[in-house]
Formats: sequence, structure tokens, C-alpha cells
Amino acid sequence: MRPALHAEWTKLRTVAGPLWLLLATVAATVAVSAVATSVVNCTASGCGSDTTKLSLTGVHLGQAPVAVLAVLIISGEYGSGMLRTTLTAVPRRVTVLAAKAVILTGVVAVGGAVAVLGSVLAGRLVLPEPGDRALSLADGPTLRAALGTVLYLILIGLLSLGFGTAVRDAATSMGVVLGLLYVFPIVSGTVSDPELQRLLGKFAPMSAGLAIQATTHLGSLPISPWAGLGVTAGWAAAALLTGGLLLRIRDA
Amino acid sequence: MTSTSTPYRSARRAGRDGFAQVLHAEWTKFRTVRSRLIGTGAVPLMLVLFALLAGAGGNQQGSPPVPVGPHGGPVTDSFYFVHRPLGGNGSIIVSVSALRSSIAQGPGDLRSGTVPWAKAGLVIKKGTRQGSPYAAIMATGSHGVRMQDGYVNDTAGPPGRVSAESPRWLRLDRSGDTVTGYASADGTKWTRVGTAQVSGLGPTAQVGLFVASPSVAGGGGTAGSVSTATFEDLRTRAGWADGDWTGGQVGAGSPSFAGYPRNASGSFAGSGDRFTVTGAGDIAPAVRDSLPTGGHLRDLLAGTFAALIAVIVVGALFITEEYRSKMIRLTLSASPRRGRVLVAKAIVLWAVTFVAGAAGAILAAPLGERLARDNGVYIFPVSYSTELRVALGTAALLATASVLALSVGALFRRSAGAVAMVTVTVVLPYVLIALPFLPAGVAKGVATATPGAVFAVQQTLVPYHQVASNYTPYYGYYPLAPWAGFAVLACYAVAALAAAAVLLDRRDA
Repeated sequence: MRPALHAEWTKLRTVAGPLWLLLATVAATVAVSAVATSVVNCTASGCGSDTTKLSLTGVHLGQAPVAVLAVLIISGEYGSGMLRTTLTAVPRRVTVLAAKAVILTGVVAVGGAVAVLGSVLAGRLVLPEPGDRALSLADGPTLRAALGTVLYLILIGLLSLGFGTAVRDAATSMGVVLGLLYVFPIVSGTVSDPELQRLLGKFAPMSAGLAIQATTHLGSLPISPWAGLGVTAGWAAAALLTGGLLLRIRDA
Repeated sequence: MTSTSTPYRSARRAGRDGFAQVLHAEWTKFRTVRSRLIGTGAVPLMLVLFALLAGAGGNQQGSPPVPVGPHGGPVTDSFYFVHRPLGGNGSIIVSVSALRSSIAQGPGDLRSGTVPWAKAGLVIKKGTRQGSPYAAIMATGSHGVRMQDGYVNDTAGPPGRVSAESPRWLRLDRSGDTVTGYASADGTKWTRVGTAQVSGLGPTAQVGLFVASPSVAGGGGTAGSVSTATFEDLRTRAGWADGDWTGGQVGAGSPSFAGYPRNASGSFAGSGDRFTVTGAGDIAPAVRDSLPTGGHLRDLLAGTFAALIAVIVVGALFITEEYRSKMIRLTLSASPRRGRVLVAKAIVLWAVTFVAGAAGAILAAPLGERLARDNGVYIFPVSYSTELRVALGTAALLATASVLALSVGALFRRSAGAVAMVTVTVVLPYVLIALPFLPAGVAKGVATATPGAVFAVQQTLVPYHQVASNYTPYYGYYPLAPWAGFAVLACYAVAALAAAAVLLDRRDA
């Protein structure tokens, strides 16, 4: 496993794309978060909304470069034929996928942590008076939201890696992943039956996973924070499992 | 003897290399790749499938019907009415000396506040059936005196709030189908506010006092309200005799009426020429906020988003696949004028996607409407021309987004980045404007400046200045006119195509 990890790390670090995508994640997350916090109407009594969730809004955009990075890790190799070399060097295919997943988790954890810390910092600077407990990482729910957002980004990466492995073509897997993330919540929003709408909100990987960012009105959420992140983890596990299985049984 | 040898010349005539040939080549490349056909075929499939889902998803059978006004649109016709039948022509006068409103802050928590469109005044109406023709003159919370009729017509009268010190006299005259409204500051000098032709009032109409108090919009939501008005100096003239007044709520269980706030109810007290009336509701066209159970065409075309992903993937792959397989070298050898190749690709892609999108949307919209109506769901009515505009606009949206993906694909030469970029710029604005905490101003900015503005082509709802509501893109009210919104995306696509053409010329393939 160690040589496989080393190989994957070398492949990732020696091309320019991954670094730029991680920087894009940080920039997109912080920028959108800062804009969102600067436009909210704050009065003396508060900002009328969940400031923690607000200052982490940028993840909506920041997850897209993470998905691109994750898809490219595998489908880039399919596209260039590099995968044949990889599988010749490491014939145990599941090991290859596992090594890719581990390396991806590592880099997304770093990039995600920077993005989340930057967003929280931007929120503290932008919001007129963050109040005593809002946006302090010493506060339990805020820490949970920040940590959970990093985990969420990692899970989106793993989900995209799984889909990329299963679909193989970069554009198609990007379409599938972004469709799952962005279109699922839009479509569930147009369902007129409130029961069904709530159910879809529970199972959409983005809406469920981002429940981890909520720090107020927890009772009115369709799904509790950790359970929501669990749903996203379920999606990621299913995608990775499918990808791993297909990688094993198909010709590369 | 020397013989001169003539160089070999092929007997075949040189092929033409006009634009038509490039176009034909690109069309051949498009139609002979199965994944492109599958992607394009998914467009009508998605549109129809999601329309079926949306149409069949809700079941509101047995719920009370949505009141419809004389103009054919849905209306709110719920208010407290103190009335009596009056035959023939005549005149009614009253002074409004107080109009106080309370807004619900939470369950059971009513606080006094200003409801800009709280209404208190005189109304002549065919009957108490919702949606029946009427004309009314009223004092409002902060829009002065207004004369309104037919639910959508609104004429401004003298401005200013009413109070005990500065009461406002109101008068309605009926002469056949003509109703004229007057206002006065002293009860003697009258100014005509407006005249309405109200057909169908009938020989005997219900005439009297009314109080309405619509929900207050703000912060992306609405809060219920209730208003109380003091009427004095109530009298009738010229053919209309005084008599006993009966009071009651019109349209209490209507789907376009949110009901009274908790711990509040409609009532009237007083006798002779002095009454105090408490009421809630509105006499106005229904909007998305006041008719939450109603659907509109945009909801039925939710498949647009899924189709959008498909056309973006197809569009990006149409060029990046050539780079990946090195086919681009052959393409550019055959047609060395590179800009022409890109334009030919764009034309083929736009046309094919437009046809697929139009087929899907023209099929999906009526199908979804039919299913939704069968399930008892009220759909905001649209004219045939609007429906056609929405269908063709959706097709043009998809086609233009695929050309944007093609251009970004030519710029990036990588499919994953191009797909992500275009999806994020077109779809993500829509996700962001749906966030409940985003202020209306920002949502409007996003729906004006980003490629996401294009969803304006699907708008069918009309805002009314006399109804306070959340007129945000999330509810289906866009800041741009339908084709102006489309033009925003078209500008992005043309700019990206131009940039791609320049780079294609400059870079080695």
C-alpha cells in the first residue's frame, strides 16, 4: 500500500492542475462566504439568520473544484491511457483506488480546512458584531459546523472519485456529480407534495450533508446535522463501492 | 528529341471547401457518435419525465377552489364585509377616521404596526361569492386613497394617512354599470378619484363597508396581519335607503387567504352611522405568496435543469473529445480556417439542441399542466403565446448553454473543467437565489448579471404594485424581461465563442 500511496502522491503533486483546483476551492469558498455575510441585513438584535451557516455558504461553490479534482484523479488517467501503466505497476486495482482515495482525502482536508477557516475569519471581519458566541470556534455548534464542512468537502471528493471510476469519462462523470449535487435540490424544491419534498431533502447529498452547518432551529431541519452528513457519507461509500467493483471486473 | 512530361493531375475535380461542407462535416461528426445522440435524446426525455413527476406529485383533490376574477386570473377575495342589498342606482358615503393594523410576530404575538396595503372603505359588489365583479374606494395603510375594480385595476387618489384629526370621506356612486369613486377631506368638497365600468353587477348589488389586511412581506417570508377601522357618518343617497347592515367574512376558507393571525378574528360593532370593523385578507390579484398551493409553468419544467447538465456535457465533449482523440488535427487539416470550424460546430450544436429542447418542452408543458389539473392542483393560467414563449425559450436556453459549454471546452481543452465551469455559472445562481436568507437585492443582482439570468424566459407570473409580496426570482418573479434574461446568457456564449475562436487561431492544436 505504501508504494501505491507514494505513486499517487507523486502523480498528484507533479501536475499543476490539482494545486490550482485546491486554490480555486479556497478562493471560491471564501469569496462567496464573504459576499453572503456582507449583504445580510444585521440589526442590533442579530442578523435574523444562522450566522455560522451564512459564513460557510461558499461551500456551495467551493465543492465544484473539489469534484473536478476528484474526477480528474481517475478519469484523467483513463483519458490519457496512464491507467494502464498504473495498473501494470500496481495490479491490485482496489489498492489503486484506495490509495487515490487516501491521497484525495488528505489534500481535500488541507484545502477544505483552509477554505473553512478563511470563511469563518472573513465572517468575523465582515459581520458588524458577531456577538459573544457566534463564529467562535470555541462554541460547540460552530466548531461542529466548521469541522463538518471540511468533512463534507472530503465526502464530496470521495463521491466524485467513485463516480469518476464508475463512469470513466471525465465530462460525463462531472455532469452526473454536479447534477446530483445541484439539480437534485432544485427538483425536490418544485415537488408540490410537502411530505415528498421533505423526504427528498433528506436524501439529496448536498441538502442533507449541509445540514451539518446549521446551528439554529435544529428542530425544523428535515434531518439532524450528523445524520445528514451520514447520508452524504452513504452516497460516497456507495459510489466508491460501485467504482471499485467496476474497476475490478472491467478491462481498463 | 526531347519530350516534355506533364506533371500528374488527378482526374477528380477538387472538392469544394465552402462553409456548407464544414457544416456538413460537423453534422456528420455529431450524428455518428452514439453518446452525443444519447445525450441529446435525454433532453426531451428529462423534460417530459420531470413534467410527469411534477404533475403527478401533488394531490390537492377536494381542496376548496381557487377564486378566479373577471380577468381570468386567480384572485384573493377575502375580507370583512358589512353590507346590505341595494337595488338600482344610488350613492353611499362614509368617513374613515382610523385605520390601525397589527402584525403577527410569532404564534399568538400580535404587535401594532403599519400594513401598507391595509384597506378600509366602501365596496359595491355583485354578491358575496368570491371573484364576483366589484368596485371599491378605500383608505389604505400608507398609499393614500385608492379606487380599485376588477381585482387588477388601481387608481391613486389623495395621499396621506387617515387619523381622527384628518379623517377621509369616501363616496361611491352607481349609475347602471358605471361606478364612480370620490374622496374628500371635509365631506363637502369632493374630488373624483376614478370611474370604473363594472359589468355584471346585476340589478341588486351588495353595498357596504369593508376592511382587508393582507399579509406583510419581508425577509423572504410573510406575516399575517389584522386591521381595525373606524367608520363614521355612514349614509346613503339618491335611491338607496338606509337599513340594517349585516357583517361577515367573505372567502374565509379560500386557498388564497392565509386566515386571521392567532387570537384575532373579524368582527363589526356599532349602529346607525358609526361602525368599527375588524378584518383581514385582501381584494386583489393572487400572487405566488398569497396562493402557496398553486403551481406555475416553471415548476413543471424542472426537467430543464437535468437536461441542462446533459447538453453541457454534450457541448463540452463536442470539442474536447477531438482534442483527446487528436481528431482536431484532421479537422483543422481539412478546414484550415479554424474560426469557421468552431462556428460550424456551434451552429450544428445549437440547432440540434434547440430542436430536442423544443420537442421536449412543447410536449412536457401541456402534459404536466393536464396532470396537475387532474390532481386538483391550481396552475397559474398562461396564454398560448406565453406558453409557446416558455417552451421555445427553454429550448433556446438549452441550446445556448450547450454552445457556451462548447466554447468553454475549446478554451480549456479539458472536458471536466469545462463542464464544471458552465454548470456552476448557469445552475449555481439558481441554487443561490433559492437560499432563504439571501436578501432580495442580492438575489435580483444574481438573476441579472450571471448566466443564470436566462431562467427569466420561463417566467409566467406578473407582479402587481398594489400587492406587497416577495417578488424574488425564487418565487418566479425575475428582474429582467424574458428575452432580456435570455440575452444575458447569449452575450456570455457569444463572448466565450469569440474568445475560443481567437485562442483556437493562436494556439497549436
